[in-house]
Amino acid sequence: MAPVVLNKKRGKKWQKPPLEKKQRKNDPFVEKRSKTEEISNDSDSDIENEEVKDPQEFEDEGEESGSDTGSELLSDGDDPLADDFLRGSDDEEKGRDSDSGSDSDSDSDSDVSDIEKKSRAIDEERAREKEEALEEMQLNIREESDEFRLPTKEEIEEEKQQPPDLPNLQRRIKEIVRVLSNFKDLSQKGTSRKEYVQQLKLDLGSYYGYNEFLIGALVEMFPPVELMELIESFEKPRPICLRTNTLKTRRRDLADVLINRGVNLDPLSKWSKVGLVVYDSQVPIGATPEYMAGFYMLQSASSFLPVMALAPQEKERVIDMAAAPGGKTTYIAALMKNTGLIYANEMKASRLKSLTANLHRMGVTNTIVCNYDGNELPKVLGLNTVDRVLLDAPCSGTGVISKDESVKTSKSLEDIQKCSYLQKFINDFDDILSVKQLILAAIDMVDANSKSGGYIVYSTCSIMVTENEAVIDYALKKRDVKLVPCGLDFGRQGFVRFREHRFHPSLEKTRRFYPHVHNMDGFFVAKLKKMSNSKKTSAGPQPSETVEQQTPESNVSNGDKKTEENSEQVLMKKATTKAKDLKKKTSGLAENGNVESPSNEKRRKKRKFPSREEISKVREEKRKTLREKKFTPTKYLSPRRKDMISQTPDNSAMTQTAGKTRRPTFTYDRSVEGPLRSMIARRRGA
Amino acid sequence: MRPLDEAETTAVFEKLFKFTGNNLKNIVENPSHEGPDPNPGRYCFRLHKNRVYYVSESLVKRATNIARPKLVSLGTCIGKFTHGGKFHLTIQALSLVAANARHKVWIKPTSEMSFLYGNHVLKGGLGRITDSIAPGDGVVVYSMSDVPLGFGVAAKSMQDCRKLDPNGIVVLHQSDIGEYLRMEDEL
Repeated sequence: MAPVVLNKKRGKKWQKPPLEKKQRKNDPFVEKRSKTEEISNDSDSDIENEEVKDPQEFEDEGEESGSDTGSELLSDGDDPLADDFLRGSDDEEKGRDSDSGSDSDSDSDSDVSDIEKKSRAIDEERAREKEEALEEMQLNIREESDEFRLPTKEEIEEEKQQPPDLPNLQRRIKEIVRVLSNFKDLSQKGTSRKEYVQQLKLDLGSYYGYNEFLIGALVEMFPPVELMELIESFEKPRPICLRTNTLKTRRRDLADVLINRGVNLDPLSKWSKVGLVVYDSQVPIGATPEYMAGFYMLQSASSFLPVMALAPQEKERVIDMAAAPGGKTTYIAALMKNTGLIYANEMKASRLKSLTANLHRMGVTNTIVCNYDGNELPKVLGLNTVDRVLLDAPCSGTGVISKDESVKTSKSLEDIQKCSYLQKFINDFDDILSVKQLILAAIDMVDANSKSGGYIVYSTCSIMVTENEAVIDYALKKRDVKLVPCGLDFGRQGFVRFREHRFHPSLEKTRRFYPHVHNMDGFFVAKLKKMSNSKKTSAGPQPSETVEQQTPESNVSNGDKKTEENSEQVLMKKATTKAKDLKKKTSGLAENGNVESPSNEKRRKKRKFPSREEISKVREEKRKTLREKKFTPTKYLSPRRKDMISQTPDNSAMTQTAGKTRRPTFTYDRSVEGPLRSMIARRRGA
Repeated sequence: MRPLDEAETTAVFEKLFKFTGNNLKNIVENPSHEGPDPNPGRYCFRLHKNRVYYVSESLVKRATNIARPKLVSLGTCIGKFTHGGKFHLTIQALSLVAANARHKVWIKPTSEMSFLYGNHVLKGGLGRITDSIAPGDGVVVYSMSDVPLGFGVAAKSMQDCRKLDPNGIVVLHQSDIGEYLRMEDEL
């Protein structure tokens, strides 16, 4: 055991300098030492190892206490040994690496193996750490590219039962958008694009509150990133705009006055000379004395566009077919400087009040307001009579979601096809066909040969293709019109093709406006020029569709017309007679531009009117009766006179003094006439 | 829609005369540029559903083919006849009346809002006043920046106004532009 003891001692000696030196060198090595001891403890080790370990452990535990003594021991005699030892340890390390196991030291095998094991342990340690580090790196990378996995059906079921988890939804939406934008690299294998899109639709619907149809329509129109921008911009309101009334003031002066009142505003954009945008205001912007005096009108920026596209000239005849509440009509009047003539038509009687009020407030004097259905207007106002028509069609309002959130949930496919108003207004329209009829009516009223005009502007506050491009395409097919540039070049071009639809190539001249691009409500504007009046003119509302086809002059050239014509040939015979009548009327109308047909005038002349004086007398009498009903004379008369008067019918007593009238209806008792007259005259004189 | 008859015309002109005096002929003979005709026509008055409209003749011609129940408004409405047959000027006549007014009153900014709420003009709110106002005259009320705010009837003559205490009524309110917001339905 002596050598063992020796070994122990040596071991001690050995360990300390390397310990110390290694401590000086590197603390990790000390830690590694303890680790190696642990490892070597764990492993099946030889007795020697164990024996060696124990003193190691002891020594490690009693490092601090023992090291001092050890150092003293070492310092004297072991330095040369220490040096040798160090070098030896370096060699041993090298030896470890080479796995040769050949130790330069001629010391006992146990010592050598000791060192070997330690060095191996250290090596392993390092290797393990490297691996862990690498794994960590890989883990990090894998988490990012760990593609977003679509939730499985079970997860979707779970989610449905719980209340929607908004942050989760938002995160998922963002992930899907990211995947869709770089589908090749980021998509999960085996899942098609369609599934991602489907999940996106569901998530967007539940997060933002859209119904399925609407979100589906939006997804079809925009790429995913733009779709997100659009939806975000629908959530926020657009800034309030106002339009200076150039009939009464100028923009500069108005801006000064409003700024003095405490309104924070700016000119709208460079494309408008009359617009102002309001950021905030200390006074209610809709109730300033300037507003009441008609100096400006609160209007959204997108409503400027159709009127700017229409560009009415002075002394023209213009029709505004859907005029309420009157923002566009007043703008038209301002552009025309109160000359010419505007017909402002509004179908909903409930909106007429605000229309007339606005017109009067803004000082518009050249307008006639009427309350017709747009399809009846050609009958009333005549065909080929006016210079320009503005049709701001009733629509689903999908462009103004920021103003009215109920559009998100209320608009379904039937609604879009039915082309209903926003929920605020009563829906009287039956079909999208009705909007198509409206635009045909609008086209029919315009005179293609007008000197300065011949334009129709169609606009909607919607971004749906079925309400916009489809309607224009229909008009192009049915009438001799063509699209012209609107003059609004800062908008986006309309769709020429969309999914399965293929539209006329000139539809690129129409313009679309979006909230996320132009910072105004979603809008669509198209400007048509009527080329000739020769196109079939539509008469009554119902047979209009059929009657159109029957004209021999119609220049419809598309092939798909044939099928429609075949189906309607049955009605042809009935309609031809109507068509002939219409033709006569329209030719007559076109000549003199006067709306009244000759037959009507003749009929009127046959009636005999009572003369003007007679009419005024009758009216006077009526008024008197109205006034005197309040003053009931029978109250104040004595009973005898009441009896006398009650014998006669009321009319006679009062109207006797008025003189002769032509009213054959009432009779009076002549026997009472005389005394009554005198009595009344006496009373009157008294 | 029909032209006014004698009695109605006198009623309307009487009311207008209170405000305009001899300028009434300006109103009647004003050349109108409305209508698509190149020559300026004249204005005329028409009655439709108890409301009197001041319209250019060219507009009237073209409005005749609109059915009576469907016609809502023509040109400018200046007033309406009540059930009793009296004629009242409404606020929409303001631009017409103010252009030809003889008696004017300017009120201070502090009492602007009070007038726009329908209150009478008090002496304390009076800024400027034209001469020779007799009681019962029609008066047009302006703000200090020359924006017409409405019209009313003078309560006292000029000299009496000077003697009044600051809370005395100078102009009895008849109509103001605040009615566009307060009473839009009744216009």
